Amino acid sequence: MKKFFAKNGPGYFFLIPWFIGFFCLALGPILYSLYLSFTKYNIFKPPKWIGLENYEFMFLYDDRFWKSLEVTFSYVFMSVPGKLIFALAVAMLLDKGMRAIGFYRALFYLPSILGGSIAVAILWKQLFEYNGVINSLLAKIGIEGPYWLNDPNYSLYTLVMLGMWQFGSPMLIFIAGLRAIPRELYEAAEIDAASKWKQFYAITIPLLAPVIFFNLVLQMIDAFKTFSSAFIISGGAGAPLDSLNFITVYLYNEAFAFYRMGYASSLAWVLMLIIAIFTGVAFFSSRYWVHYENERD
Amino acid sequence: MTDLSIQEASDVARDYRILRDKRKRRATITKHLFLVICSLVMVYPLIWMIISSVKPDDEIFGNISLWPSEFVWQNYPDGWEGLYLSFTVFYKNSIIITVLAVIGNTLSCSFAAYAFARLEFKGKNIFFALMMMTLMIPYHVVLIPQYLLFLKIGWVNTFLPLVVPRFLAGDAFFIFLMVQFFRQLPRDLDEAAMIDGCSPFKIYWAVILPLSLPALATTAIFTFIWTWEDFLGPLIYLNDIRDYTVPLALRNFISQDSVSMFGQLFAMSILSIVPIFIFFIFFQKFIIRGIATSGLK
Repeated sequence: MKKFFAKNGPGYFFLIPWFIGFFCLALGPILYSLYLSFTKYNIFKPPKWIGLENYEFMFLYDDRFWKSLEVTFSYVFMSVPGKLIFALAVAMLLDKGMRAIGFYRALFYLPSILGGSIAVAILWKQLFEYNGVINSLLAKIGIEGPYWLNDPNYSLYTLVMLGMWQFGSPMLIFIAGLRAIPRELYEAAEIDAASKWKQFYAITIPLLAPVIFFNLVLQMIDAFKTFSSAFIISGGAGAPLDSLNFITVYLYNEAFAFYRMGYASSLAWVLMLIIAIFTGVAFFSSRYWVHYENERD
Repeated sequence: MTDLSIQEASDVARDYRILRDKRKRRATITKHLFLVICSLVMVYPLIWMIISSVKPDDEIFGNISLWPSEFVWQNYPDGWEGLYLSFTVFYKNSIIITVLAVIGNTLSCSFAAYAFARLEFKGKNIFFALMMMTLMIPYHVVLIPQYLLFLKIGWVNTFLPLVVPRFLAGDAFFIFLMVQFFRQLPRDLDEAAMIDGCSPFKIYWAVILPLSLPALATTAIFTFIWTWEDFLGPLIYLNDIRDYTVPLALRNFISQDSVSMFGQLFAMSILSIVPIFIFFIFFQKFIIRGIATSGLK
């Protein structure tokens, strides 16, 4: 026993904070959340076991849930590809050794670092007011802008644009990835008179595939979890007409506005499963389109 | 093949070089032009916010001219006192929470990372795998159980739920980052220190930490930015306006119905992102390297 502690003691000692955190704030809560998702619980009375009723209601009867899925997925599928295309385009323009590269890089990254703040969400909301800047600019070129924030057909686009505006971090990762592609490949292609476009899809895309994949997974997970900006821009309730009722916003309101902790927990589990499935699909499909350097023969 | 004199040949070569350089220069100028336009579009919203913060309220909307007819600096002092309590209180709260979170996260994550990277103990691989698994858990799943836990022990409406978890190494990402960093440090250092009779704690404190400043700085910087911008945590745990952080106070600003205070709203929004901006300017290198190498947001 004494020997065991002499050998393992220091390791366990350094892990004490992590152990406490892991059991009390991660593992315990996850299991408890799973349990709660099978109950009806309003904080004031003890949880009441109702089996699969929450999930049944969610999938069969809850139109707001389906709407929130639709909103969340639309957001993910519009904002993530747009963001990555921007990020890659700009990263390719920022060649190594180019003048003022540090300046551009910092400038393009700035929105990303400020983007999570409430200040930027507030700013965005005002930009898209009916008499706001965006519509004033559109009016200049003869287009009458819509009621961005009050029209359910347009409201989601404001958030998609906010997401795309923050292409800074995938851009930085792309820049690092592009640097790792050997120059000689392009030089050889140049000698063979391959066009820029041909170089792009025959060299850049295949060699950058692992990085693209990494960015894709990371950005998708992030996009599924979008909360603050949707909360602020939709006035906290997913308005108008639930068109900004992201699953996270729905979950928040179920839990902390209506105290339906059981139902909110089942929403949280659905969100977690969606993220897990997407991550899994991205990982498994990667073998068909991602070529790692050392796997080629 | 016709014979070219040396003179003629060098003329042709020179003409070709001039043409190529010209074309190259034109391409460079086009590229810079394009990047400058992009940068302007990117920062336009931020510039608009800064200008709007000193505009008279009736000029903010329906008006795209950036230059105000008069500078209303008064928006800043008025906004500072614009809510029921002064922003001094909200800044103080934000600073307390952020500073404690930074200390807690950096210390506790480096603690766990040291155990995983440098010490031998039973179950290390299992714990490491568990730690990595927590990376994939979205915060929303543990949100409700954590809230219930903190409610039960009476921590809701205090800073504790926002600070204490940071001392429990909950951020697997930073643990992983530091494990990677610690592993690069030469083992000989630990062994030499051990022979000199240093305890593992002494080695951690006097050998590993001083050599790991880049990793510690990356952790501290990102923890600072994320905690400062955090909205969901304070939104759930802080209900008394005296405990509000700056983002919560900003949100109160827009949920008030006094529509005519946009200048003040923007003034306070700007002030709320100033600390992040300063961090970004000073620690750009760490931030950019942190993202490029590890995919931090």
